[in-house]
Amino acid sequence: MPSAEEIKSRIEAAIPGAHADVEDYTGGGDHFRATVTADAFVGRSRIDQHRLVYEVFGAEIGGAIHALSLKTETPAQTPTP
Amino acid sequence: MSSTESNPIREAIAEAIDEHEIILFMKGTPEAPACGFSARTVAALQSVGARFAAVDVLPDPRIRQELSGISNWPTIPQLFVKGDLVGGCDIVMEMYESGELAPTLGLQAQGPPEPLQADSPSAAEGLQIENRLS
Repeated sequence: MPSAEEIKSRIEAAIPGAHADVEDYTGGGDHFRATVTADAFVGRSRIDQHRLVYEVFGAEIGGAIHALSLKTETPAQTPTP
Repeated sequence: MSSTESNPIREAIAEAIDEHEIILFMKGTPEAPACGFSARTVAALQSVGARFAAVDVLPDPRIRQELSGISNWPTIPQLFVKGDLVGGCDIVMEMYESGELAPTLGLQAQGPPEPLQADSPSAAEGLQIENRLS
């Protein structure tokens, strides 16, 4: 079972300029929620942004990772603190 | 398996997507969703007054497998409008909350989104891929 930390580091390693916040929202190690911000999303549709993230995990989505709920943003969309 | 081989499940899915302007592939049925993600997506569609066809992917695991092959999208539910994949639960909910969902479905926007109710009356037409295969 992957951990939220592992999912975060795999997304950040695979997508150029990505920052991911991942939570295991059932605590069971198979339902995750991620907010991902990446330069690589600029100019892509929302659906292609999500595909980029799903591709990091391939067949694990629907397998070991039952659910990965996504919200994707380009750096310009992320509110600065 | 060669891609040129006839694949009746894939063909039935492609036909269903082609024949229905709004079609949702889900776990369970609109009346009895078998997964929270499918339930929320149905509720969003019903809340904007969409009429849609619904396919339960659970009766045959090959439906899901072939669907993901066609759409290049790994999870269920999947919403198609006029033949194009719009998204799964996250994207549909994001569009619902931002008010983009109704216009994407070719419907009049109905003002600010209301909190979703799981017991909205159904305007869905159930469609059974597995019954097309006999």
